[in-house]
Amino acid sequence: MLYRLRLSFRYDFARPTGAGRQLLRITPADLPGLQEVQQTAITVTPPPVERSGFTDFFGNEVTQLVLPAGLTQLRFDMSGRVLRHGDETELDLSASPASLALDLAEITDLGPHSPHHFLRPSPRIPHVPAIADFARAACAGAATLRDAVQSLGRAIHAHMRFDSVATEVDTPIADAFAGRQGVCQDFSQIMVSGLRSIGVPGAYVSGFLRTVPPPGRPRLEGADAMHAWVRAWTGAEAGWCEYDPTNACFVGADHVTIGYGRDYGDVAPVTGSMRLAGSQSGSHSVDIVAEE
Amino acid sequence: MTGEAAFAMGQPRSASYRPLPGIPDEMVGPDGLIRPPWRRLMAHLDALSDEELTRDLARADRYLLDSGVFYRQYGEGQSVERPWPLSQIPVLLAEDEWSRIAHALTQRADLLEAVIADLYGPNQLVASGQLPAALVAGNPEWLRPMVGVKPRGGHFLHFLAFELGRGPDGQWWVLADRTQAPSGAGYALENRVAMTRAYSELYAAGNVHRLAGFFRAFRDALRDQAGDRDGRVAILTPGPMNETYFEHAYIARYLGFTLLEGDDLVVARDRLMVRSVQGMAPVDVLWRRLDGNYADPLELDPASRIGTPGMMAALRAGTVTMVNALGSGVLETRALMAFLPQLAPELVRAPLAMPNIATWWCGTASARAEVRADPRRMVLADALTTRAPFDPKDDLIRAAALPPQALALRLDQGGGDLVAQEAVTLSTTPALVEGRLVPRPMTLRVYLARTAEGWTVMPGGFARIGASGDASAIAMQDGGAAADVWVVGRDPVPAISLARQASAADKRLIPGGLPARAADNLFWLGRYAERAEGIVRLMRAYHMRLAESGDAGAGLLEGFDPLFRQMGIDPAAPIPQRLLDNLAAAIGSAGRVRDRFSPDAWSALHDIDRSARAMAPRVAPGDDAARALSALLRKLAGISGLVHENMYRFVGWRFLTIGRLHERAMGTAALLAVLCDETAPEGALDLAIEVGDSVLTHRRRFTLDASRATVIDLLALDPLNPRALRHQIDGLREQVDMLPAANDHGALSPLARAVLRLHADLATADPDSLTTDALWSLRGRIGGLSDLLTAAYFP
Repeated sequence: MLYRLRLSFRYDFARPTGAGRQLLRITPADLPGLQEVQQTAITVTPPPVERSGFTDFFGNEVTQLVLPAGLTQLRFDMSGRVLRHGDETELDLSASPASLALDLAEITDLGPHSPHHFLRPSPRIPHVPAIADFARAACAGAATLRDAVQSLGRAIHAHMRFDSVATEVDTPIADAFAGRQGVCQDFSQIMVSGLRSIGVPGAYVSGFLRTVPPPGRPRLEGADAMHAWVRAWTGAEAGWCEYDPTNACFVGADHVTIGYGRDYGDVAPVTGSMRLAGSQSGSHSVDIVAEE
Repeated sequence: MTGEAAFAMGQPRSASYRPLPGIPDEMVGPDGLIRPPWRRLMAHLDALSDEELTRDLARADRYLLDSGVFYRQYGEGQSVERPWPLSQIPVLLAEDEWSRIAHALTQRADLLEAVIADLYGPNQLVASGQLPAALVAGNPEWLRPMVGVKPRGGHFLHFLAFELGRGPDGQWWVLADRTQAPSGAGYALENRVAMTRAYSELYAAGNVHRLAGFFRAFRDALRDQAGDRDGRVAILTPGPMNETYFEHAYIARYLGFTLLEGDDLVVARDRLMVRSVQGMAPVDVLWRRLDGNYADPLELDPASRIGTPGMMAALRAGTVTMVNALGSGVLETRALMAFLPQLAPELVRAPLAMPNIATWWCGTASARAEVRADPRRMVLADALTTRAPFDPKDDLIRAAALPPQALALRLDQGGGDLVAQEAVTLSTTPALVEGRLVPRPMTLRVYLARTAEGWTVMPGGFARIGASGDASAIAMQDGGAAADVWVVGRDPVPAISLARQASAADKRLIPGGLPARAADNLFWLGRYAERAEGIVRLMRAYHMRLAESGDAGAGLLEGFDPLFRQMGIDPAAPIPQRLLDNLAAAIGSAGRVRDRFSPDAWSALHDIDRSARAMAPRVAPGDDAARALSALLRKLAGISGLVHENMYRFVGWRFLTIGRLHERAMGTAALLAVLCDETAPEGALDLAIEVGDSVLTHRRRFTLDASRATVIDLLALDPLNPRALRHQIDGLREQVDMLPAANDHGALSPLARAVLRLHADLATADPDSLTTDALWSLRGRIGGLSDLLTAAYFP
């Protein structure tokens, strides 16, 4: 599926800002065999003092900006064209839960996609006993890890209600889980926490969902904003599989990936430091249109 | 005859010293004889009477107190400054033993450099199975943004410390590797100075290796790393709330490096720059004293308030040498010690010259079996902990304290998260407890620094001395004291100073830019100190009048009320809270520029604060208060003297002076506006002269009684009266003109222009034109200078 993407972030500042530095992680990823970026561009308004880029540890493309002082408004726009192939595999090659530890012990690679990075708690995904108990109950009896992933994802989807105002970007996952509501970030981080607590490496994926569903299919939750889902490592043979707990489905051609991390903090779209004297308000909008 | 009686009758101190059975002792050998390096010290101690010894040791304590050596201790949600707990007996080691330690630790430093280069480079050690992936990938000290970053100059590690202990067989063991940002080298220096005060003659003749050469070599190495002439070396501190901030300031002052906080730095075009009052100045070498994770909130811990956004970008670009590289804390991981012995033959082509304590990472079945086989000699901890085994915060579990089933369960379910280490015992060394020498366990901290010629080892260091006679390493968690370490040679050692040797390439030390934060604090220090002085003068005048006239003079005392209101003082207390607040604020400001503020002035400031706080609840109004306030005034004058007689006229001194002049100008303008107003009660003019400290001058210049005209003339317009408004403005003009960018080829800065206008207005004024309104207006304009200064120099 070929998509045309548009993403924009706007900020208004009550008082002019001091100079600042920003990191943007909003460029779609080039993923051989899965996703191909045909064109992409980011514009910053007003123009930055400095602009450069680098690839971070997890392979995500980062745009680095130094902004001038005295801003009252700021805007980042990303546009691009991305070809996404659906991963239509139905074949379950994943390991059994019991043999996962052996598979992991064989992996001695520490590259960006090594499962070892995603086993321990990370800054925004601590170990939460209630989530661990929930995950154990949800996955009990799963014959394969792919089954376990799906069982946990479905259970979270049943347990949580999607609510775009119930949580903030910094709401701890324990609170979101106890409150049983949140957005895709909460769904995904809770699922990653659950996976890790049963020994399954879990990563956080940031990206987009197509805005208008294919004919005859319902519109998915989270399509009007940036989206997030989960990546689970299911053994040496099957490797990673991706699951969207907000929509209770495996990830396919409707999703466009920006990047991977241990949690939201590793792939936050905008990370900045700026001297602010007054309040700020911001909004973001997404538009993903399928071209064929 | 009891032991005490024998001692009182003159038995030598050394003869009553009894090592613990089965525990090696630093001073007394297995043969029961005092080891050669200690003999001279013991002969010296034996020859001293109790009184002489007390007197000599008091000199060391006095030195530490006078230099304000402290560390910060946390607990119960607050932190307090504690005096440095120096043990009065140094630890002495023979030169040849020391050179074996130095050799072994140099090898270990090379090994650690090879390991870290791999962990942030090709990761061959994990790929080949020599290190478990979990120890690296799950380790919060392994900083992913550093992976693939080549350190400027080629090395990750530049300054290391090792904690050593001597085991029952007399051999040294490494207890912990300190690679993040080792502290204590500055305290080692202070310990040494204190010891030389207590044992001056003995030290001079005792063939003790000096420490200065080590610091000189490292300073020169860092300066060489800075490269070109403009290159600068700075020390990065987490700030005054850090437990060892005193040491950061001390080392910065001792080595002549700028002390910076994260907020002093910005990154522009991938270079690290200091925000200084002279503009942006590049930094090439940063000796960091904050943990790597806090260094950059953008790419590392986003919660850090003490970092510099963009630091990682500068490191990626290779424009700054970080001492040590961010991420070096990963080498402190305790479980890593289980693997270093096997890695040594490959990475440094030799077995370890000094073992580390036996360590098992419980992620393997064979390690778990060893722990289960002999739990009595094991302590367990989090595999990834970076604490030393004697750290009070370390969370150790004695394996034997767990029932065997619980131990087995814990090992089998979470073995990879656990590390086991042999429960070690230490050697003892003499400590002076209630006048007697008693054995106390000790660990040794040894420092290594990288120079162009390789690692150099500090010939000394510091020893931690346990609080009790229990020689197990865990017992050290209960705290204790720090002792100086003397490496004693057979031959006399040459004296060394910090000065660079003549043969070395000459490199002029360029005074670095004054960080804006430091300038800001110096300015406010000047203001707070002057404001405190103004309050003391006013309160003294008030209580002198009270003492003279009692309640009868109530009418005259009312004249003070507008001033009290204006300054926010409640006159009910002879030592007003406002004064205490100002002293506390002055100490706060001074505390943030300790690298630029003389230790004497610092002690004096604390002394005043202590006195004022002690007086506050005790002093009675009237004569008693007047005398107490006079005492405070003398002490304040003492500080001014220390600052103005002794402080070098760098730009920092100008900001301090500007603060003082500014505050005095504001105070004098308000004083005159209130007391020279037509509505002021009778006697107000005399009061103005008195609070303005100009009674004698007035009498000499004017034969008549005080009138509004004479008072305004003397306290506002007279350029020769150091308390007059005009004198402050003259001083401000002189100082402001010499600030950076004040005068660019005749184009005045807004600040310089405002001061010049004030100066012109005051120079052309006369007592009639300086009405009350005019005085208030002047005060307002003077107040506005502070904003202009802030905008120009500390934005």
